[in-house]
Amino acid sequence: MKKEIIISGFGGQGGLAIGKNLAEAGMAEGLNVTWSPSYGPEMRGGTANCSVVLSDKPVGSPVFIHPTELIALNEPSLAKFESGVLPGGIIFVNSDVVTDRVQREDLTAYYIPCSQIADEVGNAKVSNMVMLGAYVAATKVLNPETIESMIQEMFAGPKAKFIPLNIEAFRRGMAAVQ
Amino acid sequence: MAKELWKGNEAIAEAAIRAGCDCFFGYPITPQSEVPEYLSLHMPQHGKVFVQAESEVAAINMVYGAAASGMRAMTSSSSPGISLKQEGISYLTASELPCVIVNCMRGGPGLGTIQPGQSDYYQATRGGGNGDYRTICLAPCNIQEAVDLMQEAFDIADTYRNPVMVLMDGLTGQMMEPIEWREIPKRELPAKDWATTGKHGRDHTNFINSLYMVPEECDAHNAHLLEKCALMAEKEVRCEAVKCDDAEIVITAYGTPARIALTALDVLRAEGVKAGLFRPITLWPFPEKELHTLAGQDSVKAVLDVEMSAGGQMIDDIRLAVLGQKPVSYYGRAGGVIPTVEEIVEAAKKALKEAE
Repeated sequence: MKKEIIISGFGGQGGLAIGKNLAEAGMAEGLNVTWSPSYGPEMRGGTANCSVVLSDKPVGSPVFIHPTELIALNEPSLAKFESGVLPGGIIFVNSDVVTDRVQREDLTAYYIPCSQIADEVGNAKVSNMVMLGAYVAATKVLNPETIESMIQEMFAGPKAKFIPLNIEAFRRGMAAVQ
Repeated sequence: MAKELWKGNEAIAEAAIRAGCDCFFGYPITPQSEVPEYLSLHMPQHGKVFVQAESEVAAINMVYGAAASGMRAMTSSSSPGISLKQEGISYLTASELPCVIVNCMRGGPGLGTIQPGQSDYYQATRGGGNGDYRTICLAPCNIQEAVDLMQEAFDIADTYRNPVMVLMDGLTGQMMEPIEWREIPKRELPAKDWATTGKHGRDHTNFINSLYMVPEECDAHNAHLLEKCALMAEKEVRCEAVKCDDAEIVITAYGTPARIALTALDVLRAEGVKAGLFRPITLWPFPEKELHTLAGQDSVKAVLDVEMSAGGQMIDDIRLAVLGQKPVSYYGRAGGVIPTVEEIVEAAKKALKEAE
């Protein structure tokens, strides 16, 4: 099993955090993982992205041009990375921000209204958890319980009040692809 | 011990603290700024010294001062900043002062780019400053190895009274990977009885100096440094060979390109191409004998060197080691572009075809 994932969006949309969550969850399940950020002087309105590898074998290259999955949080990201996705792969589109449709027909596209679901859950900031849920449900490479216990650890102590919100967002994201 | 997810730069900073680094002197530059950032918070918490110097030149001279007084001293920077430190590195080596210098390389020349590069190989392995000298150069290809090598870097520096450079690239510095904090065996180290720590009843005065007005004395000092180089070359060579036993094409690479090549090996072998990887871990001393023997192996038809450098720099050492036994070719990208698995696979097939 090897997943090579590109997560891309505007700075501040939580794309790098989604990647880090995937890497941490993969590590918790005993997978080999890497997380590599783009660190250029990203232009306002452009893309900030990261590359994540989840693998049951040691990770060689941490960077790649043909991801198995793309998570596109904004339009420039979809435009930039759609053509590189492996045939049979998956593109997750944040449909509240991206109005374009995926042109490729040799892969699966999920349109997830992340912001809308996050608002329904009660906080726009958890839209990245919605997308994380969608990824986990669609690919089945990670156990949802791993993510949920990670969320519990992430918001320890005084931040514990955010746990139910994040778990709810994660579960709604899972439901969005089922 | 449980694995923890660490960013490369922060991991080597933490590893330096665990290795007993007493003082850090640095100046920010992308893509290594997380090293001083991390140490600025954590060195004081351990009762250690962190100074953000006014420049790279100041930082390396602070390293000189701290090392002269027997402290475990360190600095880090990225390519253009390391260039600025070269005078200090020459003086440190001439004065036989142990220290650790981390170069998290970016593309050059000049200010170049902030993206990963490997075009400081010559500078790191030939002695980048004036004079006849070498610094041991350790080149980790993943974060675990970088962390493990930090303890060794300080110990090697103290063993030989010589600066040690840890040469990595921007991607290793910026990426995150799970690591374990392992206990690295500590070396038996000589006492620092040469350090300028005050006379305290000693019958002689310790001098730290790199100036010799009498040519014969400077000649003798050079001979002494050369002897140390021979000892380091004999004892400190490290390298790794992966899937080389039956290899027809041997890819040589260090740092990030080496791990990309590992994936390329899988692709090539799946297509029936017997590919192996030879990875120097010490760039100086270079694993010359090991590569010479491998290149002489009957199965090997060609050697392909891969670097993040325009025309290749390590390729000079590859050619000197292979010594014409087999054809050596090159594939590389420069200016911050990272070679892809696909490109390395194509280059390996081409090198093999040309050899046949």
